[in-house]
This record gives sequence, C-alpha cells and structure tokens, in this order.
Amino acid sequence: MSVIAFDRVTLAIGGEAILAGVSLAIEPGQFVGVLGPNGSGKTTLMRAILGLLTPTAGALTVFGRPPARGSATIGYMPQTRSDLPTLRLTGRDFLASSLHGHRWGLPVPSTADAREIDRVIDLVGVRDLAGRPLNELSGGERQRLLLAQALMGDPRLLLLDEPLISLDPRQQHAVVELIRRLAEELHLTVLFSAHELNQLLTVIDRVLYLGNRQAALGTVDDVATPQVLSRLYGSPIDVVRVAGRIFIMSGDKDVEHENHGPHEHGHDHARL
Amino acid sequence: MLAYDFIVRAYLASGIVAVVAGTVGYFLVLRGQTFAGHALSHVGFAGATGGVLIGTSPLAGLIAFTVGAGIIMGLLGERLSGRDVAIGVVLSLSLGFGLLFLSLFTTHATQATALLFGNILGVSPGMVRSLAWLGALTLAALAVISRPLLFASLQPELAEAKGVSLRLVAVLFLSLVALAVAQSVQVVGVLLVFALMVGPPAAAQLLTRRVAAGILLAAALAVADAWLGIVCAWYSDWPTTFWITAWSAAIYLAAVAVMRRRG
Repeated sequence: MSVIAFDRVTLAIGGEAILAGVSLAIEPGQFVGVLGPNGSGKTTLMRAILGLLTPTAGALTVFGRPPARGSATIGYMPQTRSDLPTLRLTGRDFLASSLHGHRWGLPVPSTADAREIDRVIDLVGVRDLAGRPLNELSGGERQRLLLAQALMGDPRLLLLDEPLISLDPRQQHAVVELIRRLAEELHLTVLFSAHELNQLLTVIDRVLYLGNRQAALGTVDDVATPQVLSRLYGSPIDVVRVAGRIFIMSGDKDVEHENHGPHEHGHDHARL
Repeated sequence: MLAYDFIVRAYLASGIVAVVAGTVGYFLVLRGQTFAGHALSHVGFAGATGGVLIGTSPLAGLIAFTVGAGIIMGLLGERLSGRDVAIGVVLSLSLGFGLLFLSLFTTHATQATALLFGNILGVSPGMVRSLAWLGALTLAALAVISRPLLFASLQPELAEAKGVSLRLVAVLFLSLVALAVAQSVQVVGVLLVFALMVGPPAAAQLLTRRVAAGILLAAALAVADAWLGIVCAWYSDWPTTFWITAWSAAIYLAAVAVMRRRG
C-alpha cells in the first residue's frame, strides 16, 4: 500500500487551482524532495495530506484512507514562523505545548508526556538545547528542536515544509544529514520541500517537482530533464550538471536562485 | 489606612481584577493581540453608558458589549488584520455613542470620568462580590482552554494540523479577554486597560523562560502594580489610576533594563 496516493487530484485555494488532475504515489520508506517555484503548491500539497484542504476533484489517500486532521501517523514541521527567533520560552516548554495540545485543560505535561519529550530530544540530540530559550538558539539549533517536535507521537510519515530556510550551507547540510539518519533509523517516509535541488541531492530517493499546476515524481534522473522541467516551468529549461551538482537554467539564469531570493520566502505561505 | 472599609474594598477589588488581567494578559501579549484588549474596552464604554441609560448596571452593559465584540472579533479573525482604519472608525464611534448615552442620561460628569479612568476607591461591597464571581469564572474558563490556547498561540499551523480549531480558540479567548476588560474597567477605566493587561504580562514575558512562571509573575506584577498604585494615591492624593499607569510603565521599563543587563 502506498503511503500517499493522489488520483487525479485537484487542489484549489479561493477558486484558483494550485494543482490540477495530479496523480502520484509515494511508497513506504521513500525520502522525497519536494521542489518547484514559489506558489507552485508545495505547502498546499502538504496541507491537503494533513486534511486541512479538501481536494475539489479526485481522490487522495494517506495510509489507504482519506486524510483526517490530527492524524497521529503524520509528523508535520510547518515553515518556520518569523516570530519564533524572538520567543523567550524554553525548548522544552515549546515542545510540551504541542503534545496533546488539542485537549482541553491546563497545559501541564504528564509523566508520559515528559518521557515522550525526553525520547525525541535524545533521538535528535538536542537534550542540551531543550532547557534554553528559543531566542538564544541558532537557526540550525531551532530547526533541530522543531524536528524533534515533529517526531513526537512516533509518526510514520514526516512532512517537512522548507526546513532549510534561512540556514547557512553548513547548517543546511547538518539538518539534511540528520533527517536522513532519522528517516533510516525510524523507517520513516519523508516529504521534504526545499528551494534548491542540490541541497537534497545526496539524500533523496525521489524528487517531486511541482509547477504549472502539474507534478512530476520520479528519480532525479527521470525528473530533472529539460523536457519535464520545461513543462512544469512553462518555459524552455536547460538542465546543466557540473561536478555532481544540477543547475536548472532558463536561458542564462539559474531559476532556483532567481526565483528564491530571501525576500520572497513568505510567498508560498501568503497563498494560504 | 486599612481602618477604612473603602480602602479594604479597593485592595480586594483591584487584587481580584489584577490577577485576572495579568493572567489573561499573558496570553494576550503572547498572541500579539494587545490591540484587541484596547479595542474591546472602547466598545465597552458604549455598553456601560448604554446600560445606565436603559436602567441596568454599567457592569452588565459593559459585559454584554465587550463579550459581543470579542466574539465578533474572534469570528472575523484574520480578516481583521490590516484593517486599522475600519477598526479605528469603530472605536471612535463606540466612544462617541458612549458620550451620547451619557448626555441623554444627563448624568454627572463623575460617572463618565469613573468609566473612562476608573474609580477604585468608590467600589461598593456588591461590586467586590460581582468581581470575585466574574474573576473566578474567567480564570476557570481560561484554565479549561489554556492548553489548546497555548498551542494555537505558539504554533497555529501545527495546532490546526493536529485538530485544534483556531477559530473556536480565538472566539473563546477573546470572550475571556472581554470579561477581563470589563473587570479591569472598574479599576483603571476604559482608556487605561493597557496598564493592567499589557504592562505587567509583557514585563513577565521578558523576565521568564517558562510558561507557568510567566503566568504567575504576570499576575503577581499586576497585583503589585494595582496595590502600589493605591498606596501611592493614599499618600500623595493624586489619582489611583495615574499611579497604576506609572507603576505599570515602571515595571515594564525595569524588566527591559534587567533584560539588557543580562544581554
């Protein structure tokens, strides 16, 4: 059984189709990089898998069933909010707030909750960070803490929305390697969205490229081709491979870098 | 000074209100919704004066209007963000209506002053009882919603994915803010609700790293603010509300200074 199956799925926001008639299947244990220009539907796709957005057409199943909000089998790491770096709460309190956070009552973690927090911070190796306030952590440290949070409740599928945003290349590499190690150890299926294919080249089994309301899923060699990407970008694309890296060019411009300046980071989100 | 009943009542009433305002205010500041507290108090002015006009108590009118407005704000949610002009027009209209109702009632100017700036030294025994009940109700309700409220405030996207209804949480919380505002008005008036609901909680968030410690400190600082205000008013003969706003500012600035020193 596929972990995620899209059968001619159309996802629309405010009457505008973001993805139209998309079919794809993601199998257990696959590490999938989700790429595509801003606004191509990376976040939208994840929200549909989480059951936050109902397809306007087609059938979408997650672990064989229609998506349901609050599913314990899915760990989710939303795109980092801009106010997180100023938050003065400790990592442990931050994690505790999300554990059974949907239940009424006082936000006092039970003994079992405390054990679960200990388990995930040890898994990710952030026990020493958990006692410090979020505003004193580096971007990479915060991302590791959020990754620990996504692992709470022992999910089988991880949805990671732009976990590399605003990290420097060294931190990006560390986060990617950490997620790959955890995915292998815990036998997780991972959807990992990013701005640049090269950030993920060493770890992904499959790439899911979104653009032009369409999607292409396959190995990097299958998908990162001029034919497929020209269709998704809606303009002629060249794929240049240099020293183990892949550059996606429109004319003489690298489209991944052109379209994804730091000033546009909020764009995908604004479409929600 | 404790030989006088009215002073004892002032300490009691302001203590109750400060605990509620500090606790609710902690979440208000955490959510970045302090402006909502300000807006609700303005709407409350029309409610309080309207209540007097039709013969109910000012507190009943205040609660009806603030809670009603709180629910509407919660339902509108995101659609309110960036509507500064529309909100400003509604706020000034509310104060305008409050003024109209006052003039129709041909009441004393003292009633208007009490509503606008508070009159803690004139609190009746009945009002102390009302505040105690309202305060207990507000805190109990806040305890019930505090877990999803904290989750939704810190990580709305994740909370939504985990099954929290952001809108329901927002409506319930703003209703409690409305109740806290209605109680705060008795102490500091509609214009200065910020002094109790924002100053002490903002200071507490600068000084603490844990949620529980932050909430307790916010309530404690709000009580200190209110009681120091009464003490200073007693010895200086200046208005209590002035002293409460002064202490609120002093507490916040001191917290900023402590923060700076810590680096």
